[in-house]
Amino acid sequence: MKNLNRLTVFGIIVVVVMAAAALFAPFIAEHDPGAIELGSVLMPPSAEHIMGTDSLGRDLFSRMVYGARISLSVGFVAVGISVIAGVIFGSLAGYYGGWIDSVISRFIDIMLCFPTFFLILATIAVLGPGIWNIMVIIGLTSWMGVARLIRAEILSLREREFVEAARAVGASDFRIITRHLIPNGLGPVLVSATLGVAGAILTESGLSFLGLGVQPPVPSWGNILTEAKSTLGIAWWITVFPGLAILITVLGYNLLGEGLREHFNPHRKQ
Amino acid sequence: MVNYIARRLIGILPVLIGITLITFFVIHLSPGKPTRLQAEMSPKISLEAREKLDKLYGLDKPVHIQYWEWVRRLARFDLGKSFVDDRPVSQKIGERLPVTIAINVLSLALIFLAAVPIGITSAVKEGTAYDRISTVFVFIGFAMPTFWLALLLMNLFGVHLGWLPISGIKSIDFEDYNLLEKFMDLARHLALPVFVSAFVGLAGISRYMRTSMLEVLNKDFIRTARAKGLPENIVIYKHALKNALLPIVTIIGLSIPGLIGGSVIFESIYAIPGMGKLFYDSVMARDYPVIMGVLFIGAILTLIGNLVADVVYAYVDPRIRVSGR
Amino acid sequence: MHIKISRFVGIFLFIVWGHAPLGWSQYGDAIVTASIGDASTLIPILASDSSSAEICGLIYNGLIKYDKNLNLEGELAESWEIKDGGLVIIFHLRKGVRWHDGEPFTARDVEFTYLKLIDPNVKTPYSGDFERVKSLEVLDEHTVKVTYKEPFSPGLSSWGMGIMPKHLLENEDLSSTKYARDPVGTGPYRFKEWKTGEKIVLVSNPDYYEGRPFINRYIYRIIPDQATTFLELQTQGVDQIGLTPLQYSRQTDTPFFRKYYRKYKYPSFGYAYMGLNLRDAKFSDARVRLALDYAIDKDEIITGVLLGLGRVSTGPFPPESWACNKDIKPVPYDPVKAKELLREAGWEDRDGDGILDKDGQKFKFTIMTNQGNDPRKTASEIIQRRLRDIGIEAEVRIIEWATFLSEFIDKGKFEAVIMGWSLSRDPDCYDIWHSSKTRPGEFNFVGYNNAEVDKLLLEGRREYGQEKRREIYNRINKLIFDDHPYIFLYVPDALPIVHERFKGIEPAPAGIGYNFIKWYVPKREQRYTRW
Repeated sequence: MKNLNRLTVFGIIVVVVMAAAALFAPFIAEHDPGAIELGSVLMPPSAEHIMGTDSLGRDLFSRMVYGARISLSVGFVAVGISVIAGVIFGSLAGYYGGWIDSVISRFIDIMLCFPTFFLILATIAVLGPGIWNIMVIIGLTSWMGVARLIRAEILSLREREFVEAARAVGASDFRIITRHLIPNGLGPVLVSATLGVAGAILTESGLSFLGLGVQPPVPSWGNILTEAKSTLGIAWWITVFPGLAILITVLGYNLLGEGLREHFNPHRKQ
Repeated sequence: MVNYIARRLIGILPVLIGITLITFFVIHLSPGKPTRLQAEMSPKISLEAREKLDKLYGLDKPVHIQYWEWVRRLARFDLGKSFVDDRPVSQKIGERLPVTIAINVLSLALIFLAAVPIGITSAVKEGTAYDRISTVFVFIGFAMPTFWLALLLMNLFGVHLGWLPISGIKSIDFEDYNLLEKFMDLARHLALPVFVSAFVGLAGISRYMRTSMLEVLNKDFIRTARAKGLPENIVIYKHALKNALLPIVTIIGLSIPGLIGGSVIFESIYAIPGMGKLFYDSVMARDYPVIMGVLFIGAILTLIGNLVADVVYAYVDPRIRVSGR
Repeated sequence: MHIKISRFVGIFLFIVWGHAPLGWSQYGDAIVTASIGDASTLIPILASDSSSAEICGLIYNGLIKYDKNLNLEGELAESWEIKDGGLVIIFHLRKGVRWHDGEPFTARDVEFTYLKLIDPNVKTPYSGDFERVKSLEVLDEHTVKVTYKEPFSPGLSSWGMGIMPKHLLENEDLSSTKYARDPVGTGPYRFKEWKTGEKIVLVSNPDYYEGRPFINRYIYRIIPDQATTFLELQTQGVDQIGLTPLQYSRQTDTPFFRKYYRKYKYPSFGYAYMGLNLRDAKFSDARVRLALDYAIDKDEIITGVLLGLGRVSTGPFPPESWACNKDIKPVPYDPVKAKELLREAGWEDRDGDGILDKDGQKFKFTIMTNQGNDPRKTASEIIQRRLRDIGIEAEVRIIEWATFLSEFIDKGKFEAVIMGWSLSRDPDCYDIWHSSKTRPGEFNFVGYNNAEVDKLLLEGRREYGQEKRREIYNRINKLIFDDHPYIFLYVPDALPIVHERFKGIEPAPAGIGYNFIKWYVPKREQRYTRW
């Protein structure tokens, strides 16, 4: 138990460091991430540019730091949306049951039948690939898991004594759901949210590969890494740094998520 | 059981209708028309010509009528014809399926071969350095952007070491090879794609296996077995393993729809003409009949896969049957 | 003119003596090329994407074609006469040409192709030029008389369209016929196989009227990702591709590439521009448009986007075209001049926020471009930066292609767009610049309207003499350039790279592909010998 926590600690460190980089981007980055400098194109790492420069001579380190901001906020906002949507649908279905549950469950089934990727493509076609659209799209296509979790949790709790008691003292449905039921289901939701952030970062990088992710000049780890495709073999730094950033961050969030899962798993309490 | 399956099958119908209806309207409402496929504008292609094309494709009719016509064709098992090249959708899907299924089956097999032992051993050795390393290892596969991993491996094995071909599924002279050469050629071409997709999918199943094994190891009957003084190996590999493997069976059911799905990123990188690329190109070209066809088949397989998984699980664990979801 | 001719004779002799393959022994080998997209049909009149058109170009012949110096010459037509001031064209067809299945090619095939082109039930995007034809008569088995409703000089080059075999396609629905995926033509290569999304294989036609091509097989591989294509190139998996500027100047200067490949560079037949919506109040003022031209550093864009592999565009014709007015000088980069002009037009920074304003409105606009085109994306970023320098706030929006066209271009809902035209060899650009072509979905989407240009465009279509046409189009070039409906940005270079074992490549104004059938590989260097 104690040993495994080392991985969780690693996860926490990664999450905190990356979040700090994102928050304090303007203080960390020494250069303007958008400053085009055609005189110093594709320079390898040096004292001036510690991660080198890209094909327009922009400072890669500054772009990475600002990219952290974009990539992490894509993760957080997308997950925020999916958690909110999932909790609303899940608790409605779980608490009221009956036809509401049937309709919502059917809807979840339908949504799960679509490849997420199709939903994303279709929505991007309608909304265009802006950064906010990307967040909304990823969020709206990933709430189903959370909804099912919450629904199952509430289904198992709603007949319990403390809920009966709350009902007896005349608490409203809204109050019962938000004060008594949802908090009980939050553990697994937190786990799935942590993993969701990781997933969203990866999804954004995949969309960037297809040219549908966050659009330049706004830097995201995904679109910086995509640029690396065209400089493969002559500029290792553009390939290595954003790739590692994504790898380490996604790994960190996953390990943290696993740690949280252990923590919330009732079977494991001894 | 028969009753349960019948009930579930009937339940599939409204979901299918919902899926096709939503898809049809979403793709018809999304901006862009299938008659503007060219990636470059050429002044030689006139407005009148394009309007004429709209009419010939039946795009000037209202959406609900187009949907009705689609359903009527479907009733005759006809998925229609592609707008891009006028070939039957079923044929276009059919020629993409073998390679997609081959890669998916191979990588799924590889995943199970690697994930099950990793999951079990790390559960048995919970908390040890082995457990930690294997955890990090499987998550690294998951955490790498697919295209990045693919490009790095292609660069390493293809360009620097020269051991494997870069892309495609066959060599230029494939048709002239003898059987053994053909087999080796295919194997060399598929090695990287299969490895990459297996490595990426490793985390899910190995973690699932680990959790499942941990749960079993905490069960009373295992404690009893240990208490009886049975050797640890027999406890783990005979009693625990059998029970821990059962839930994995349902995962196979859930993997069925995944077998025909491909990833456009992965297929683009390796120049493999699979389902992912077909679907992506169709969405980009607004090739409605193909989009509908792929989604429809995908949905059916997903629903059947879910059903199979549930049935198998119900068979394994009779408690489920009662609630019937 | 005489000097020119003798120079070409010189080159010709050089080809014959210096490079010509000796005898049959140089036949053989295969060339592997890569494309990001698959073809969709191999019926030439339906082929609207570049992959389909490229393959059709090897399988079929037109009546005429452009030679290495971009002059029209006969292909299936041995010669042609233009009569009645351009109303009538008589084509004298080559005799003894056979379809790949052995049937003779005749005037009936030309008639058949024409009838299909104007058939309202055929999904061809190329009907436009042929609807101006009043009638097409078959005078005899090898003579065709085309009569136009009015003289239409661009019509001549439209007969470069691939001619289809009547005897096979007569009773077929062109869009679903099996011949769309198993074509029969008269061209230098015969169709062998097509594995969808994977490759198309052609083999040389031994009966080709110009002689059997030296290279036995033409293999067209579909590799959707450019990074993969480049990795293939590094392992000699492909023989010929078009390089990106970055690959040309930074990635192919290694001993490996010097040893195994040859690079070529020539201006492509197209240009990139920033189009301004002239219906927009900001851009209806010519001074503002000129100011933008001064504010945008075209050379910087060429350096940044093309790494110097291109040149500044000076109007609607590429520099290699005879229609291009060579006297036009690009507008230099001069932000001071730009600010001055904007001040004249009433744009000044009155509230001190760094953004110009006029009547309380800030000078802000959105530059749109299509997704998937990196050079355009980068160009917009550079332009955005330079405009900010003079106090204009431009937002860049990148939109997926199908949506971009139908929602923004067709509906005129844009302020500025960065796009490109790839042009045909004939300079006729009526559809892009004539003031009548501004309906939704037509190509004058910026709303350009200049009465003199309108008149000249019509004149250019009626005139056949190249000298006369040159004058007309030079004038059009000047007028359009001075009006600045577009900020003309650059003409990119085409950057093909070919494996060094292929000999006989002679770069010319038309590029390198014009004499493909004369390329060959010396016997001992051939790579693909099994077949």
